[in-house]
Amino acid sequence: MTVITDAAENVAGAGVSGSGRVRRLTGGDKIVLGLMVGVPTLLHVALVWVPTLVSILLSFSQWDGIGGLATIKWVGVQNYTTMFTVSPTFWPAVQHNIIWLVFFVLLPTPFGMFLAYQLDKSIRFTRFYQTAIFLPVVISAAVTGFIWQTIYDPDNGLVNSILGTNKPGTSYIEWLGDSHLNLWAVLVAASWRQAAYIMILYLAGLKGFDPALREAAALDGATEWQAFTRVTFPALRPINIIILVVTIIESLRAFDLVYVVAGTNGTKPGLELLSILIANNILGESSLVGYGSALAVVLLVISLVPIVSYVFQTFRKDQQA
Amino acid sequence: MTAVAEVTAAAASRPAPVQRRKRVRPARVVLHVFLAVTALVWLVPLVWAVYTSLRTFADTSAHGYFSLASSLTFENYENAWEQAGLPQYFLNSVIITVPAVLVTLLFSASVAFFVSRFNFKVNLFLLMLFTAGNLLPPQVIITPLFRMYLLIPLPDWLSNGSGLMYNSFLGVILIHVAFQSGFCTFVLSNYMKTIPHELTEAALVDGASVFRQFWQIILPLCRPAFAALATLLTIWIYNDFFWGLVLFETGADRPITSAIASLQGQYFSNQNLIAAGALMTAIPTLVIYLALQRQFVSGLTLGANKG
Repeated sequence: MTVITDAAENVAGAGVSGSGRVRRLTGGDKIVLGLMVGVPTLLHVALVWVPTLVSILLSFSQWDGIGGLATIKWVGVQNYTTMFTVSPTFWPAVQHNIIWLVFFVLLPTPFGMFLAYQLDKSIRFTRFYQTAIFLPVVISAAVTGFIWQTIYDPDNGLVNSILGTNKPGTSYIEWLGDSHLNLWAVLVAASWRQAAYIMILYLAGLKGFDPALREAAALDGATEWQAFTRVTFPALRPINIIILVVTIIESLRAFDLVYVVAGTNGTKPGLELLSILIANNILGESSLVGYGSALAVVLLVISLVPIVSYVFQTFRKDQQA
Repeated sequence: MTAVAEVTAAAASRPAPVQRRKRVRPARVVLHVFLAVTALVWLVPLVWAVYTSLRTFADTSAHGYFSLASSLTFENYENAWEQAGLPQYFLNSVIITVPAVLVTLLFSASVAFFVSRFNFKVNLFLLMLFTAGNLLPPQVIITPLFRMYLLIPLPDWLSNGSGLMYNSFLGVILIHVAFQSGFCTFVLSNYMKTIPHELTEAALVDGASVFRQFWQIILPLCRPAFAALATLLTIWIYNDFFWGLVLFETGADRPITSAIASLQGQYFSNQNLIAAGALMTAIPTLVIYLALQRQFVSGLTLGANKG
C-alpha cells in the first residue's frame, strides 16, 4: 500500500504548485488520467469493437482461414446471397431465434415478474423461496444442459420414466432428438433459468417502489390487478425496459445450453440458432470465415435494435442533467 | 460490505402493512402453496441430478433410474474427479477467473472514476461505448477475434507454450476483461456519482494527486460495490462456456465449465458420471452464491436499479 502511494506521489508529482495555489490538474495528473481511461478503453475497443467492424468487412469476403491474409478474396454480397437463398440452415436458425424470443417474452419473463410481485409482499419464508428459485441462475448454462439431459434422456430420464414413454418400439419420446420437439424441450430448460433471473431483477425494482402508491390505489378500491397494471407497472418503467432488453439479448445470445444438449459439434436438426451456426464455422471442419462473418452481421444488426434503444434511453437523462 | 447489507436489509424490512388482524387470510394460504410448489418444482431438476449422481451404475442399470436407490455413494464423484482429471480443469478455471475479476474491477473503477469525477465531453460517449459493447452477443465478434488471436504471437511463458494468443490463458482473460468491464464501468460510475464531490475537492486542496484521490479516497468508499461486483463476476466468468470452448484448441487448457462438454462421451460414459461431473462443476458457484447471496443479488440490482 505505502509503496504504491509513494509511487503515485512520484508519478503524479506535487498537487500544489509553487505559489501554494491549487492547480486543477498537473501534468502528472493528466498522464495518470489518460492511462486510467486509455488502457481499459483501448482493450475494450480492440477486442470488442474492432472485431465487430472487421466482421462487417469480412462478410464481403471469401477465406478459408488457412492461407495468410493475402488469400482473402473479396466477393461482394455473395455470402449474403448464399445465406438468404441457398443455405438450408439460415432460415430455420432465424425462425428458432424468433421462437426463442417470443417464448421468452410470453412465458418465463412474465412468470418471473409475477413471482417477484408475489415475493415482494413481505411474506414468511420469502428467503427460502427466493433462494430455491434463484439457484438455476447461479449454475452455468452448460451445467444446466447436463442437468436437463438427465431429465430428458429417452431411456432413463425423469420425464419419460414418469410418462412411461421410455419403451423403444411402442412409445418412445426423444425429447432432445426429435427435431419437432427439441427446441421446445430446450426452451423449458432455458426458462428454468430465465424466469429466475427476471424474478430477481424485478424484485430489485419492486423494492425501490413506494408501497404507499399501491396502498393508495387499494384504498381507492382498485383490485390487485388494476393496481399492478395502472400503478406499479407504469411506475417501474425503467426496470421494465431493462427486463425487455435482457430478455431480447438473452434470446439472441442463447448458445451454451443448446450446444451442450445437441452433443457433438453442437448441431442437431431442430436446434439451429444464429449463434450456433456462427460457432460451427469456427469449431467445425469447414472454416468459412466470410460466411461466418455474414451470419455475425445479421446477428449484429438484430442485436443493435435493443442495444441502441437501451443505451440512448439510459443516457439521454444523463445528458439532460 | 455493511452498506450493501444495510441497503438490502432496509429494503427488506420496509414498513410492512400493520397487522391488525391475526386471522390467516385464505389468499395468503393460496400464495404460500403456490410459492412452495413453484420452489419445489424449481428444485426438481437439481435434486434429480443429485440423486442420479449418488447412485451406482450397477444399481441404476438393474432397477432403472426411476427407482429407489439401494445405496447412495460418492463413487461417481471420485471416478469423475480422477478419471477425467478434473483437478487440472479446476485449476485452469482459477487461473483464468481470479486475474480476470481483479483486472476487470481495476479497469472499470479507473474508467468509472474518470467519467464520474470529471466533466469531460467524452464521458457520455465512453459510457455508451462500454455499455453497448457489453450487450453484444459474443458470437458477433468471435470470427474475427478468433483469427486475430491466431495472428498475435506471445512469448511462451505467457501463452502456456502455444506461442499464440489463441490457446493462451491470457487471451481468454483479456476477452473477459474487455467484455465485463462494460457492465462494471456502468455500475461503478453510477456508484461513484453518489460519493460527494466535496471529499475529493478537500483532498485536492490538501494537494493530493488524482491517483491518490482515486486510490485512497474513492476506491475504499466503493468497497460495497466491489464486493457485489466481485461475487457476480466470479460466478459469471467461472460459468463462461463460450470463450473457453472457442479460444482453446484442445481440452487440456480449457476451464472446467467448457471442458465438461468434451469430457462427455470421452470419460463420462453414463448418466451417473455425467451428473456427478456436472454437479461438481457447479459446486464452487453454489457455495459462493449461498455464502454471499446478498452480494450477488445486490450486484445484479446495482446494475438494474439505475436505468
